Amino acid sequence: MTEMLLEVKDIHAEVEGKEILKGLNLKIKKGEVHVIMGPNGAGKSTLVNIIMGHPKYEVTKGSIIFEGEDITELKTEERAKKGIFLSFQAPEEVPGITVESFLRASRSAITGKPIKIMAFKRELREKMAQLKIDESYGNRYLNVGFSGGEKKKNEILQMLMLNPKLAILDETDSGLDVDAVKIVSNGVSQFKNEDNAILIITHNSKILEFLDVDYVHVIQDGRVVKVGDATLVNEINEKGFENIGSV
Amino acid sequence: MEKRKTYVEDLDRGLYDIRNEDRYSFKVSSGLTPEIVEEISREKNEPQWMREFRLKSLEIYNKLELPTWGPSLDELDMDNIVTYVKPDTSLKGSWEEVPEDIKNTFERLGIPQAERESLAGVGAQYDSEVVYHSIREELVEQGVIYTDMETAIRDYEDIVKEYFMKLVPPNDHKFVALHGAVWSGGSFVYVPAGVKVEIPLQSYFRLNSPGAGQFEHTLIIVEKGAYLHFIEGCSAPKYSVTNLHAGCVELYVKEDAYLRYSTIENWSKNMMNLNTKRAVVDKKGTIEWVSGSFGSKVSMLYPMSILRGEGAKAEFTGVTFASKGQILDTGAKVIHAAPYTSSNINSKSISKGGGEAVYRGAIKVAANAHHCKSTVSCESLMLDDISRSDTLPVLDILNDEVDIGHEAKIGRISEEAIYYLMTRGISEEEAKAMIVRGFVEPIAKELPLEYAVEMNNLINLEMEGSIG
Repeated sequence: MTEMLLEVKDIHAEVEGKEILKGLNLKIKKGEVHVIMGPNGAGKSTLVNIIMGHPKYEVTKGSIIFEGEDITELKTEERAKKGIFLSFQAPEEVPGITVESFLRASRSAITGKPIKIMAFKRELREKMAQLKIDESYGNRYLNVGFSGGEKKKNEILQMLMLNPKLAILDETDSGLDVDAVKIVSNGVSQFKNEDNAILIITHNSKILEFLDVDYVHVIQDGRVVKVGDATLVNEINEKGFENIGSV
Repeated sequence: MEKRKTYVEDLDRGLYDIRNEDRYSFKVSSGLTPEIVEEISREKNEPQWMREFRLKSLEIYNKLELPTWGPSLDELDMDNIVTYVKPDTSLKGSWEEVPEDIKNTFERLGIPQAERESLAGVGAQYDSEVVYHSIREELVEQGVIYTDMETAIRDYEDIVKEYFMKLVPPNDHKFVALHGAVWSGGSFVYVPAGVKVEIPLQSYFRLNSPGAGQFEHTLIIVEKGAYLHFIEGCSAPKYSVTNLHAGCVELYVKEDAYLRYSTIENWSKNMMNLNTKRAVVDKKGTIEWVSGSFGSKVSMLYPMSILRGEGAKAEFTGVTFASKGQILDTGAKVIHAAPYTSSNINSKSISKGGGEAVYRGAIKVAANAHHCKSTVSCESLMLDDISRSDTLPVLDILNDEVDIGHEAKIGRISEEAIYYLMTRGISEEEAKAMIVRGFVEPIAKELPLEYAVEMNNLINLEMEGSIG
């Protein structure tokens, strides 16, 4: 039997006093790929942020269990150290910190071990080549002046370098052209193995064409209203969220 | 992990706060009288003209009022400031001969290491007198003079007399007048025409005695076509009484010459730092200021560049970090006094824990100074909502054929950026420190490696306990 990785139990969550999640449940086992779909304002981003522990989001009820441990009260960086990774929809620009030095700081924070510089550099070069990112980006300031597509690729690069147990991809495919989606999907496919899991938040289905999806969850008004397999994606594309119906 | 305190009232400044036993051979009585000034001069065996200069400066000092346009200086009590403390040692030529406790302090500040890193020379000021000095022989052969001001007056009297406080005259303001009366110690550098000093010269000084002000004078002359990078770094231990620092820096950059003057000032948090720095640049010469202002209770520091020769250039890159209880009023001034002169000012400030960082700058363009170019960019980063930041630029342009640009950005640290870094396993405190280090990176980049490291260490020190 495969191991449970993440369990979101009856989560209620607020942002700035407004309740967004109203009793949401989600279970992800190792080796699985999950997709969350839903209309704007359904609570997709809130879900992502409460899993990651964004300080602006408040969990009022329920719990988040990661590898059997309750992490509901843990700080963001502690969740990252446990192996949760979020690929941001619109990552922040951080001037003065190069991509490479940031990744080094991040990896040594997460692993708690010093970095072997030469091996790290080699690995970084390989991963960059894999994502068709020019090597010079290692010396550029984090996301500063990056195009939308470059920022997304840079997020996936970080995922590959940090090798998390659970990777959450928030709208990673939006704003990418077909070729870029292919490159990113390739990267994600190669990352995927039996010991980790992926949670994909998406509006459209482009990225899903390149990945084997196990479960699709439809969220509406802060709750999961339908769960299905990959075929649910096509159903949504045909009928729209309105007609998917409730559980 | 143990939770950090919300605010560390008095940071452990570690090696920056080593205090030695107050051991001195000679100390003038508190307060300032002509007798004290004469005593200082006599003790130094100065020529007549310098003694007269001091007494005249004292007269001016007594006539001038405290400046009222900047931060409050109410805490100053000149009657209580012992102006001159002479360490119990005479000038030493080699490191081995320097007394042990003084040596330890310097060693912990990393000076011998810096020398080992093949820097050109080390002049370290302990209290008011230079106790250790060395310079590479090849520089001496090239005719480069690098010594303390006292020696300079003795051995190079003509040069000193020609330039000393001509650029910053004693009637400029009250603290310069005070400086003229009681100045002591500091560096003298003379680079002959055409000589390129390839490695940076550096001096490192600190205050040590309770109640002692420091009035060091730096005089640098870079002759035609010569090249120099001079680094001045200060870090003072802390004391309970208010300390005053009123140093003076005069830089003469001749035709086609280049001077880069870098400083990191890290004063203890009771220091009133009222420093005056000025450069005059001749035809096609270049002055570059790199300035890091840390510590002090109040700082008023506005390095001025006077571009008096055609095509002269000034560049200023500065960072200021104001924490709780600090008002750092800093900036840069440029006077375009000749055609085709250009200036570029890039200032960054950080304020935190209720600290106040003010950029106060001025650009003046004379009527005859056509085809001048000036760019000013000020960026402020506030780390919380109790800190303050202001930008007070003054532009005084007296002709139309100029190209002037000014840009000011004041912002608070981005919560989303902190969160972003935290999702990558980095703690909140380290995330903030990373963002601040990134913010000042353009300045750190301009510094020699060991100073960049020191600046990062100072930032880390200031950022400790920054989680509100």
